[in-house]
Amino acid sequence: MKFESQGVARPYFIFALLLFVGQILFGLIMGLQYIVGDFLFPYIPFNVARMVHTNLLIVWLLFGFMGASYYLVPEECDTELHSPWLARATFWVFAAAGVLTILGYLLVPYAELAKLTHNELLPTMGREFLEQPTITKIGIVIVCLAFIYNIGMTVLKGRKTVINMVLITGLVGLAVFFLFSFYNPDNLVLDKFFWWWVVHLWVEGVWELILGAILAFVLIKVTGVDREVIEKWLYVIIALALISGLIGMGHHYFWIGPGPYWLWLGSIFSALEPVPFFMMVLFAFRVVGQRRHQHGNRAATLWALGTAVMAFLGAGVWGFIHTLAPVNYYTHGSQITAAHGHLAFFGAYAMIVLCIISYAMPIMRGRPQGNGELSQKLEIFAFWTMCVSMIGITLALTVAGAWQVALQRLPEVGALSFMNTQAKLIPIFWVREAFGVVFALGLVAYLASFFVGSRVEAEAGHRVPAVS
Amino acid sequence: MPELFTKGMARNIYYGGGFFFLLLLLGLTLDTLRALPQRDHRENITESVARGKAVWEENNCIGCHSLMGEGAYFAPELGNVFDRYGNGSEEAFGQFMQAWMQMQPMPTEGRRKMPQFHLSQEQVDDLSAFLIWTSRINDNDWPPNREG
Ligand code: HEM
Ligand code: HEM
Ligand SMILES: [Fe+2]
Repeated sequence: MKFESQGVARPYFIFALLLFVGQILFGLIMGLQYIVGDFLFPYIPFNVARMVHTNLLIVWLLFGFMGASYYLVPEECDTELHSPWLARATFWVFAAAGVLTILGYLLVPYAELAKLTHNELLPTMGREFLEQPTITKIGIVIVCLAFIYNIGMTVLKGRKTVINMVLITGLVGLAVFFLFSFYNPDNLVLDKFFWWWVVHLWVEGVWELILGAILAFVLIKVTGVDREVIEKWLYVIIALALISGLIGMGHHYFWIGPGPYWLWLGSIFSALEPVPFFMMVLFAFRVVGQRRHQHGNRAATLWALGTAVMAFLGAGVWGFIHTLAPVNYYTHGSQITAAHGHLAFFGAYAMIVLCIISYAMPIMRGRPQGNGELSQKLEIFAFWTMCVSMIGITLALTVAGAWQVALQRLPEVGALSFMNTQAKLIPIFWVREAFGVVFALGLVAYLASFFVGSRVEAEAGHRVPAVS
Repeated sequence: MPELFTKGMARNIYYGGGFFFLLLLLGLTLDTLRALPQRDHRENITESVARGKAVWEENNCIGCHSLMGEGAYFAPELGNVFDRYGNGSEEAFGQFMQAWMQMQPMPTEGRRKMPQFHLSQEQVDDLSAFLIWTSRINDNDWPPNREG
């Protein structure tokens, strides 16, 4: 570790992984509820499990992004973090707010939670992904401000690399677009229109900047390739992301009220959104191909390549299959959407966080060239288990979605009802759940890799000659 | 090797492109906001509709259902539930909704469960008003059929 203050990233990473475990647990619960409808009812109704699953996802990714920033910004800036103390304080505030909110979902009926937190004063609850009580949302804003202030001051006093600037632009964008979560008018169409300014402009806008910056940082570190080359790629990728993604938001404006020109704009621009994801694949493989040294942390290199590939599959390929308006007319809000949501979120954002953790954690634990042999082997095994099972989940949901469309949406007469269609899909939901269990085992293996063979091997030091 | 495509050019595409398309998005948004009143029939958002939206949100209905295709995929689409069960009559739909909310959760073993929300009669009427209003938004004719 170049600077001591980079160490504040550690609790962020650890906590992120704990929340990830919770997320998967609730995913498995829901997967079973898809099959055995009354599983755990009335203790954990589906909607509660879903809030916990998706909110934990978002929050652990945010913890991951924060940890990543605290780790890489000082190193890029070549200076200590502005205020390690503030970073530690915001960690505890954010962690406490997160845990309380999740407990609120689980322990009180949602309507009760809305009343307790005085949702009527500034109603923001009860919308997908934005279920948090208003007070929690305010807390998130405060935490983000403190975080951005801390990172911003560090950048101001230090070296202003391209990676730093792209990262901070992404973080500021994340905070700014989150403010739209406070806009919730009585008019459902306006509500939905601007809801996407949080959701779409996050995952297909500013988060891509964060993703690009973290990926570029890890690639520089593990390959030693010249910064100039990497920065040029980074600029091209994020330029294409914004050019396609901003107007690409139109792919959500097809069927919720806005006028017909969005059918064209949304289809055309979002059809270009896979391009930057494809560039990311070229970028990662090219850079690794041109590497100047073999870094001892092979697992981190694998995560970097894997992130690019899986993000391209999830966002690029699975995004494209349902993004053209004539297709989306039939697939909108079906299991196809869920298939894409899973592979995209996992491949792009979960994996980039796991990637930076894979690179940074060993360093913070005093192993600059990565974990020992055994530990890396296990981590690589976990990588493949999680990636393959997530593709399994995605394929199962894609089959379920296609079948759903065929039974429920396509027929003009004699279409099956929603509930009858779902009953027919149960065998496929079993397949999804089975892959979910494999995914969970992969996650267990991943966590175990932190504890395996570490000390002995690290001390014996039998690994690739150190280069930094 | 002479660089045909330099980092400076890439940076300019990023800043220029990002800025231009952000402006374009803002322009299109303004245009859409101007056109929306004709499509969302906002003149029909009564107090009951507005209260109904709050009931919808405060009970997290979106956690199981989709509404105009957005939300969860565990339970039926409700943006067109009025078309499905109302038979074109607001009154009939109101009665259906009162009975439906009362009936939950249904006892069928193994079937997906909708919780009992303990709503008042007025709250259910508000929900009905909200769902009726929603079903009449001009949404480019989605969904393809009444099953949602
Ligand atoms: C990493 C980037 C991405 C992530 C994390 C992501 C995630 C998601 C999620 C979670 C949803 C469901 C939203 C909801 O619940 O209503 C969604 C919807 C959608 N996404 Fe993506 N997405 C990404 C990139 C893309 C790209 C690049 C495309 C197009 C090429 C795309 C096309 C779509 C479409 C068309 C929908 C609407 C589906 C529907 O009509 O039901 N996405 N995305
Ligand atoms: C054990 C593995 C998992 C299972 C069984 C599972 C199951 C589910 C289920 C049943 C839903 C609700 C779908 C609905 O609304 O009807 C859901 C939603 C979601 N899950 Fe998972 N999940 C798993 C892992 C993950 C992972 C690893 C991620 C991302 C890193 C993820 C991201 C999401 C997202 C973004 C949604 C919302 C999708 C949308 O709105 O379209 N899940 N999950
Ligand atoms: Fe999108």
